[in-house]
Amino acid sequence: MKAIVTVIGKDRVGIIAEVCAILARQGVNILDISQTVMQDYFTMIMMVDASGCAMKFSELSELLSSEGEKTGLSVRIQREEIFEAMHRI
Amino acid sequence: MINRNEILQTIEMIDQQHLDIRTITMGISLLDCADEDIKRCADKIYCKITRFAADLVRTGEDIEKEYGIPIVNKRIAVSPISMVAGSCSAEDYSPLALALDRAAKAVGVNFIGGFSALVHKGFTVSDRRLISSIPQALAATERVCSSVNVATTRAGINMDAVAIMGGVIKEAAELSAGQGGMACAKLVVFANAVEDNPFMAGAFHGPGEPECVINVGVSGPGVVRNALLACNGEPFDVVAETIKKTAFRITRMGQLVAREASRRLGVPFGVVDLSLAPTPAVGDSVADILEEMGLESVGTHGTTAALALLNDAVKKGGVMASSHVGGLSGAFIPVSEDAGMIAGAERGSLTLDKLEAMTCVCSVGLDMIAVPGDTPAETIAAIIADEAAIGVVNGKTTAVRIIPAPGKTVGDRVEFGGLLGSAPVMPVHPFSSREFIARGGRIPAPLSSLKN
Repeated sequence: MKAIVTVIGKDRVGIIAEVCAILARQGVNILDISQTVMQDYFTMIMMVDASGCAMKFSELSELLSSEGEKTGLSVRIQREEIFEAMHRI
Repeated sequence: MINRNEILQTIEMIDQQHLDIRTITMGISLLDCADEDIKRCADKIYCKITRFAADLVRTGEDIEKEYGIPIVNKRIAVSPISMVAGSCSAEDYSPLALALDRAAKAVGVNFIGGFSALVHKGFTVSDRRLISSIPQALAATERVCSSVNVATTRAGINMDAVAIMGGVIKEAAELSAGQGGMACAKLVVFANAVEDNPFMAGAFHGPGEPECVINVGVSGPGVVRNALLACNGEPFDVVAETIKKTAFRITRMGQLVAREASRRLGVPFGVVDLSLAPTPAVGDSVADILEEMGLESVGTHGTTAALALLNDAVKKGGVMASSHVGGLSGAFIPVSEDAGMIAGAERGSLTLDKLEAMTCVCSVGLDMIAVPGDTPAETIAAIIADEAAIGVVNGKTTAVRIIPAPGKTVGDRVEFGGLLGSAPVMPVHPFSSREFIARGGRIPAPLSSLKN
């Protein structure tokens, strides 16, 4: 199952490493990453494949957002279909 | 692949512009729960609802987490109880309302609609019993919503029912005086009620509906308003185009959620209701959209035209985004649930008369309006009659959800809390309609009903 991970927060050392480590521990494969820093704000968008993930998708979503909150990041994972539905006919 | 701007745009809509799915509503037929003994009937109702809707809330929450889109309400609509209770020998139907309330609490939904009767052409014995049970039923329950259809374009207006509902509303207000007349916030009087409306308080599962169905109501006034910020000073052609595009996006998301909920629950998908439903949250207001079009304060001259454009553009944009559109589908203008409308009413720009005019061009009607507690029942009935006339002649749904707030007068405010918000008490005309309402009978169906 393909999903989009977005990470938004104040830029600092190690954000990518932390998020990728969580995803790796849960067996989520990263397919594509793009990231920028705009006015000190770090924005990363990843396309991932969560079909190898052992936990339920909703649990993975909770884990990412709670881990993110600990370090002041907004981390969310959403199934790709929502963006397809909204932006593609 | 989806590009990063599109992803960030979607997230911004959800995070900052209050984009959400307003409700997933499961419609359940209770027609097979009929029983001569009201207690057995109540037990059957409780068992059927808790069996069919056992997974509704959990499924809604799963979808919410997986797609990252808030689904604010999970709700249930049931067959009009006057039809279910027709074979009961009891006079008072409140035990059935209590069973609905218990079932709603057991499955975790915040409202259950369908303590209803359809009396647009006349009353059955059961309809009369249900209507006289409404005040007690609503005062004794927390989550049950009630509606009565008093008129249709085909049948005309049942003025006897209109007169009775004026009294029922007053009684419901008095029985819930401790909560500001809260029972009235759960009671809708309709003309041309629809069978598949997912929004409360007027949802019920119509007799033409299947055994069980999933209907979804979308929302997003904040997103529309935000899109309009980019067309400052542009002509209305641009405004209409912008609203259409935005409504399309919002509705596509509703369609996705509806399809997914229907698949996971194993229940057929009914309709997506394309309504712009405001909430009391700042930035989630229909009034703000109208003001963004260039009106100083909602309710001033030009408001009806602005609302007509908005309502039409929302439908045009949404209709292509969903396989089945239904329900009420239009902009809602509930006063207490919209921060901009509240401000307009308090400023004096938004009056009851202007709201009535606005209901000619949008869904649904005079919604969540508080009036002085000493307003006579006949005046409330006459307000219902006016609103029904607009619905009947224009072939559209109209409704009245009005709260004669006990002990309150113009200038006071009534707090309902949560999504129901707070309502400033608005003035009504002091001149009597008593003799008009005392006539009773039926106002005949208009010529436009003869379409065959």
